[in-house]
Order: sequence, then C-alpha cells, then structure tokens
Amino acid sequence: MAAEQFCTFFLDGRFFGVPVPHVQEVIGPHEMTPVPLAPEVVSGMINLRGQIVVAIDLRRRLQLPRRAEGGVSMNVVVRSLGGAVSLQVDEIGDVIEVEPSTFEAPPETLQGAERAMILGVHKLEGKLLHVLDTEKACQIAAAAE
Amino acid sequence: MRRSTETKGMAGIVYVPSLGLPLAPQLQDEVPASRTMDEIVKDFLIESGENLDRLDQELVKLEADTRSQELLASIFRTIHTIKGSCGFLGFARLEKVAHAGENLLSRLRDGELALTAEVTSGLLAMVDGVRHMLSEIQATEHDGEDDYKELRKELKRLQGGATPAPPAAPAAASEASSPPPATAADEPPTAPPQADAVSSPSPAKTTPEPAPVPDTAAAIPAPAPAAAPGDPGVAYRPAPGRMGGVLVERGSLKPEDLATALHEQELGDRRRLGEILVALGLCKLEDVLAAQQILETRGRTAGVETVRVGVSLLDKLMNLVGELVLARNQLLQFSNTTQNGALSAVSQRMNLIATELQEEVMKTRMQPIGNVWNKFPRTVRDLALSCGKEVRLEMEGQDTELDRTIIEAIKDPLTHLVRNALDHGIEASEARRRVGKDAIGCLKLRAFHEGGQVNIEVTDDGAGLDSDRIRRKAVERGLLPSEQAARLPERDVFNLIFLPGFSTAEKVTNVSGRGVGMDVVKTNVEKIGGMVDIQSTAGKGTTVRVKIPLTLAIIPALIVRCHGERYAIPQISLTELVRLESGKAIETVHGAPVYRLRGRLLPLVYLSRTLKTVRENEPSVAQPATRSTEPLSMNIVVLQAESRQFGLVVDEILDTEEIVVKPLGQQLKGLSAYSGATIMGDGRVALILDVLGLAQRAQLIAEGRESVMQESRAETRTETAPEQSSFLLAENGLEGRVAIPLPAVARLEEFPRTAIERAGAQEVMQYRGQIIPLVRLSEIIPATNDPEMQAAAVSIQVIIYTEGKHTVGLIVDRIADIVEERAELERLTPRAGVAGSFVIQRQVTDLLDVPAIVRAALPGLLDTAAAGGT
Repeated sequence: MAAEQFCTFFLDGRFFGVPVPHVQEVIGPHEMTPVPLAPEVVSGMINLRGQIVVAIDLRRRLQLPRRAEGGVSMNVVVRSLGGAVSLQVDEIGDVIEVEPSTFEAPPETLQGAERAMILGVHKLEGKLLHVLDTEKACQIAAAAE
Repeated sequence: MRRSTETKGMAGIVYVPSLGLPLAPQLQDEVPASRTMDEIVKDFLIESGENLDRLDQELVKLEADTRSQELLASIFRTIHTIKGSCGFLGFARLEKVAHAGENLLSRLRDGELALTAEVTSGLLAMVDGVRHMLSEIQATEHDGEDDYKELRKELKRLQGGATPAPPAAPAAASEASSPPPATAADEPPTAPPQADAVSSPSPAKTTPEPAPVPDTAAAIPAPAPAAAPGDPGVAYRPAPGRMGGVLVERGSLKPEDLATALHEQELGDRRRLGEILVALGLCKLEDVLAAQQILETRGRTAGVETVRVGVSLLDKLMNLVGELVLARNQLLQFSNTTQNGALSAVSQRMNLIATELQEEVMKTRMQPIGNVWNKFPRTVRDLALSCGKEVRLEMEGQDTELDRTIIEAIKDPLTHLVRNALDHGIEASEARRRVGKDAIGCLKLRAFHEGGQVNIEVTDDGAGLDSDRIRRKAVERGLLPSEQAARLPERDVFNLIFLPGFSTAEKVTNVSGRGVGMDVVKTNVEKIGGMVDIQSTAGKGTTVRVKIPLTLAIIPALIVRCHGERYAIPQISLTELVRLESGKAIETVHGAPVYRLRGRLLPLVYLSRTLKTVRENEPSVAQPATRSTEPLSMNIVVLQAESRQFGLVVDEILDTEEIVVKPLGQQLKGLSAYSGATIMGDGRVALILDVLGLAQRAQLIAEGRESVMQESRAETRTETAPEQSSFLLAENGLEGRVAIPLPAVARLEEFPRTAIERAGAQEVMQYRGQIIPLVRLSEIIPATNDPEMQAAAVSIQVIIYTEGKHTVGLIVDRIADIVEERAELERLTPRAGVAGSFVIQRQVTDLLDVPAIVRAALPGLLDTAAAGGT
C-alpha cells in the first residue's frame, strides 16, 4: 500500500492528523460570528470568501481542556458530507507522509468522545499521530431545543 | 461529436422576456456552416418538446370546444412542423407517427370526422409516442427501434371508424381553405405505403407555415416557401398574428390580394407587406395602420421577443449578482467612513446600478405559475377519464410570477394536490347527481400575490373531508390515541392528513392512496419556507392553500444589534419600529413584559434573553421593582408571526439592507431561531432571525410548525378544551379582575381625567366628533378602591363599546391583558352585569355582560338603538 499524506496539527500538546484529500485549506485566525443557542462545540461562523462555514472548536469537541483566554486558534477547513467545516486547532504542523504499516487501532483503554472520533494512531518516531475521523468530528447532533 | 448530455433536460431552458435582444426568426436565417447537426437536433428537441406540451393543452381545449377551427389549425400546424423537421433530420419512425396523427387531424379539420374522447385519446397517445421518441433521440441520437405500429394502426382505425361530423364544420372547413386532393409530393418521402393509402385529403398543402416562428416576430411576413406561386387559393394561410392575416380577418383585404402581395415579396420586394399592399392599392393605409395596432397589442399578450438562455447561466448570473451586492455593501460602508467626495459619488452610482441589475436579474428568474399549470389540463383529463369522473378545470392567476427555483420546488406538490383532489375529492358523476350537485366536478386553481408572498389554492367542489373518518384512520394507524382524536378540533383533524403514513383512500388506486403524499407535499412546501393549510366542508369541497415566498435568494432585511452582534430580520415579518425613551412604559402581566401599543397589549420578547446571550437575572422588567429604575431607552421591533404580533426588544436598530440568504451549516440546522445567515458589508457573518421560530422559542405561539401529532400530545391539549376565545382583562379596584369578550370591544383608549364632562347627571366625553356617555365599571360592580390612587390618577382607561349607531365608553381602572382562553364559565350567584366567572391565569375573573351593563347604567339608550336600528 502506498504511503498516505496527513495534514497535521496540535491540540493540547497532542499530535493529530487529517488525510490531505479531506482538507480544503488551512487558514489563520479568522473573524468569527458567534451563534447563540448553538451547541457548545460550535464556536461560530466564518466568512470564507463568500462561503459561510461553521467553525467547530476541536478542543471542546474532543473534550480537551479549554484554550487559554485570548489564545488564538488556527482553522483547518475540511470537506465533509454536509459541506465545508472549519476545525479550530492550536497550531498547524507539517504535511507528513506515513506508511500504512505504522497504523494501529486505538487502544481499548481509550474511552469517551475521543474513541468515536479517532480512527487510530500512526506510531511515528518519538510520537503518536492521532488520525481524526473528520466526518464524525463534523457531525453534531442538531441543537436540542 | 458532442455528447447529447448537452441537451439534457428540455425543460431546463427558460425564456427570458424583455432582455430587448431581438431574435431573428430562426428559419429565416440561413443555417450557418458552423452550426453542426448536433445543434440543429438540439434545437429541434427543445422546440418539439415545447410544441408537444402545447399540443397536450390544445387537444384538451379542443375536446371542450370541438368547433374551434383556430385550435384545430394550430394543432395541425404543430404536428406538421414536427413532421417536417423529422423528415429533414432523417428521423423516419418519428415522422411516420407524426404523419399518422396528421392524417387523423386532417379528417377532423375537414369535418369528415367528429372529435370524440376516443379520437382525442388517440391523438394524445400519439403526442406521448412522439415525446417518447424525442427522449430516445436525446439519449441515443436516433429515434429508436419501436416503430409504433400499434399506435399507427389505432390512429388509422380512428380515421375511418368514427361517425362523420355534424354539419357544423363546413364553414370552418372553407375558412381553412380546404385543399385539393393529395398529390404525391405532399407525402413524406419515407412514408410507408399503408400510410399513403389513407391520406385522402392531404394535410400538408394547407400549411405552408415554414417554421414555428413566433407569430409576432413576423410582422414582417415571412415568405411562403411551400406555396406554388400563382396558386393564390392555396398559397397562404391567414395567420392571425400577421399583418396579412389581420387584414383578411377584418375584411380589409381579399385573400387573393394578399397572395399577390406575398408573391411580390417572394420575388424580392424587400418592403414590408403593408407597404406593398398600400403601394399596389390593394388596401387602404388606415386599415394597415389599424392592423398594425392590433398586432402590437396581440404581441404584448402573446410571446414577446425572447432569447433562450440556459438555466445554469441564469443561476450563475444570480450568484454573481449576489456577490456584487455584497461587494457593493462593503464599498458603501467604506465610502461612508472616508471623506472622499469622488469615491462616494462613484459608490452611489455603483449602488444604483447594482440595485437595478439585481432587480433585472431577479426578473429573469421569475416565471409565471402558468408554466407549471400548463400540464394540468392534460393531467386532469386523463385522470378524470380513468376514474370515470367528469371534471372541469378552472385556472385563475396564471400570470402570477414566482422565482424559478420555487416554481421547480412546488411543481410536484401541486401536481400531487391536483391528483388528490381528483381522486379523493371530486365524486363520480352519478354520486354527484344523487346529492344534487352539477354532474361535472370543478377543480379550481388560483394563484395571487399577497403581502410579498404567493398564495396558491387548489379547490375542489367534491365531497369534502370526513373528519370522523380521518379521526378513525389516525387512530387505526396508531398516529393518535383515540380519546385524543375525539377531542381534536376539526381544523386540526384536517391537518392530520399531512402526517406521514396517512391515507384515507379506501382502496389504493394507481393515482393516489399509497399513504405517501400529503406529508411529502407539506415537507416540500415547508422546505422552501412555505405553509400549507387545508379547509374543508363536508359535502361542499376542499381547499388546500399553499403560501410560499416570492423568492429565496435576496431579501430585504432590517439589521439590528444585540450584545454586539448583528442580526437580520426579514422585512416581510416586520410591522413597525417603536423607540421608547425609557423603559417605564413597559408593564407586566403576571410577570410577562408587555407594551401598550395604541391601546393593545404587545407582548415583548427580549432578543438577548431568547438567544440566551445574557443570563436571566440581568436587569429585567419582569420585576415590578426594577420597572421604574430602568433608565435606558428601548428599541422594539414589532413583528408578525402567523396571526400574532409581538415586540422584539433589541439593543439597537441599524438599517435596512438587501441581504443574500445563505443556508446555515448542517450543524446548525436544528436551530429554529435562525433561518439562515448572510454576509454583511464589512465581511462579517450575521445570522438571519426566523421570526416564527423566535416566537415559538418565547412560547408566544403554539409550536405550530411541529406536527399536529406532537401538538396534540402536548399536555395543554389533553385537558378538556372548550372553544377558545379572546378576552380583554381589566382590573376593577384593587382586587377585582374582569374579562370582556374581545368582540365586544371596539377600541381601547386612554384619556386625561379632564376629558370627562357632564351632561346633566350623565358623565360624557367627546370622542371622534361625537358625545359618548361614560359608564364606570366600579359603579356597576362594587370594588374596594383606593381613593388616594383614584384621586392621583391623571388619566382614565376607557373601553369603547359600540352597538348599532351608539357608542358607550366603559371606564375601568386598568387594562391588563388580552388573552386567548378556553375557559369554562361557571355561573355563581347571579350578579347584575356579570355573565359568570371563570379562572384565567389562575385568577378568578368575572366575565362582563357588556350590553347588560350599558343598559343598566343608561336605561333606554340601547333599546332605542336596537329599535331604531331595525
């Protein structure tokens, strides 16, 4: 099998990756319009060159500790079945190439929200690359009214 | 070779009227070398598709009006055109079918055959056959293997079989300039012998119409190519849309003179027909001028000059204009912040141009609803035949225009409603006669604009909905518990049919009754922001009303600010704006904030609280204590949601703007408070508020958009529910509270105390140029009053009551609220002026008998009024 390319980013010190074909673009901190009543993980909407894109705070989505007040976030705009969605991350990493052989399913001990959204990890030198299931990450149950 | 995917969807083309681009009649053009065969075939397909649609309509019309030679001629012409093009393009099979139809038509036209339902069906089957072959051509580039032997045989049989027409036809036949016997040249070269044998009077001869050129484009008459020069009797057909036709029609010109003039043109005379006629002295100038005027008016009603434009191009234009509007908004905002005169002049100009451009582009997307309705005559005819019913279809408001996307979206729901009305609504003729109705059922389609929306009604005069049967069915299907079904008010019962999986048809027919349908209708209509409502009277019929917005793309909206963020409110639900200099005018009814707007209580909704951008315990007017201390000015946006008005309190009212509606992401679809989002002038995103959703969130109106089922399951409905009515609540003294049926109230007024005057012992007041007697409620129903408060009050609250010509003012201490209650009245000890007592808002309230009070206080007044009035 051929090597796969991942667009990588960091969340609370952890190393994540999304397959490159899923990524539409990566943009810096962007002006955001909050959406009252929306699920907590939705941090707002951004204007992406005339296209309105929902931004999801990936930290909250993965139930990680909140970003420090005033901390900026980068946006990884991914393509999902429901259209483009911006995933807010701490920092952008490189695009890396990994061999399928390094892949392993998530350990049994991984529980909760992460388990559903993490397809598995690639064992890299000195670190683990968490492979994010973008489709699951973008799927948010319609807000309970 | 270009793939035929290009021709995909003949319906995917719209006419763009009024673009002002003159289009030369197509067949007068030489076919340029660059035009490939593909393009010609493509044109042929589009054109023929439209022609077939027209054939459907005209055949159905002809069936109703069998003597109309005009219709027959038009049908004939259409078929002939198709046949001719087929021959040219080499679609032999298609040509054979068209030819068989043409033969049958020619017999009809010559009055040798009467138009029966059977013949019409045969002709319609021919149309379907041709249509099928066209789609074959579209897909495979040739006309298929099927040569429609059966169909042709049937058409042939019909030609000979039916009885000759009554002598109604001769006059018409001569008008159509009955042709001489057929000549071999008239037959299509590829026609098989069997077709030849039956084509006694040849049709081709009479219709040398070269092409389906729009009649009005032809004020300059086209040369009549097929006519043999010097054979004037046969050479032309007086087309009603042309100069010659009009002149002959009006008797100003002899047909043979017209032929002469046409021949002149053929010989190379470049002048217009009218000029030639006048020059040759064949016709008077004033007649030509008069004819010209007639043509002009006809031109306005009939097809205008049009250009075919692909729908995808229009959509692209629309998108671009949307972006342009956004860019314009940004530019305007920028120019407002700079002091550059030149820039602001340019941006103003830009503003005007963009606005106009937007309007025009929007217009290109508008289509008359008739485009959808056009296929209904055929649908109705076929359905009625297959159900053994007789149905007349009436249409009103075909010109009502709608955005193309909306037209597309309502096509299927409307078709379904029509089929439903025919299948379930209208009864069989026999059954109708039995109940004393006209044997022919009537199905009426009506469309009209109302308040920026389009209403479409589908009305039948059938049996109406049987509410008991619907109840039963709903219970059977497990959609509703039976005790609840029994209590459901009639109106809600009708709405049950919009529930998924509901069908009352006793047996499943191939028309409808499969249990899918009405719920799909409702979903599809609601998807485009519309509403469906059903009204029915048993035995009288049913009306389904669909309300839909005109357009979805760009809407005018009011921009407001709330907690630093901007929101757009669609102008359509906006009634007025109220600015209060202080919050003092806000009162509360049992904790709920209200504002007295011209004597009516307007419930208030705080946007910040509804959207939860502030916590509940922030400064609130709900507590009377803070009422007087609230110093800020307030902005109230008065909105209309369904039939209810409410005031939306916002921080700031900014401006009105045209906004481009963009859908919310999938993640936010469940939020009923928003209908979409838009991009503002500064490039930021703003949410568009859904007024109905907001009202529901604030619990102002019942969750009407939820399904009836949920609604009826709600707790409130399970209590016994007497008829709901509206009451005005007023305070009487310190503790008493009274209710007055709202219909008894003409107006609510507030006057300074000094307005009270006296006429003898009677307190009176000048009101609208009249002197009206005043009645104090506290004198009728004794109440504990606070004398100090009464003395301090500077104004009085008056309920104006009118009966006949007489008006009476009822003074109450305070008007509290207007409520809708299903209250059950209890008659306690009889008291003068009180009809009974009930509990409203957990408080015992006396229901006033207003006429009795007025009579008691002013004996004789209303009695004489009643006597005088009758």
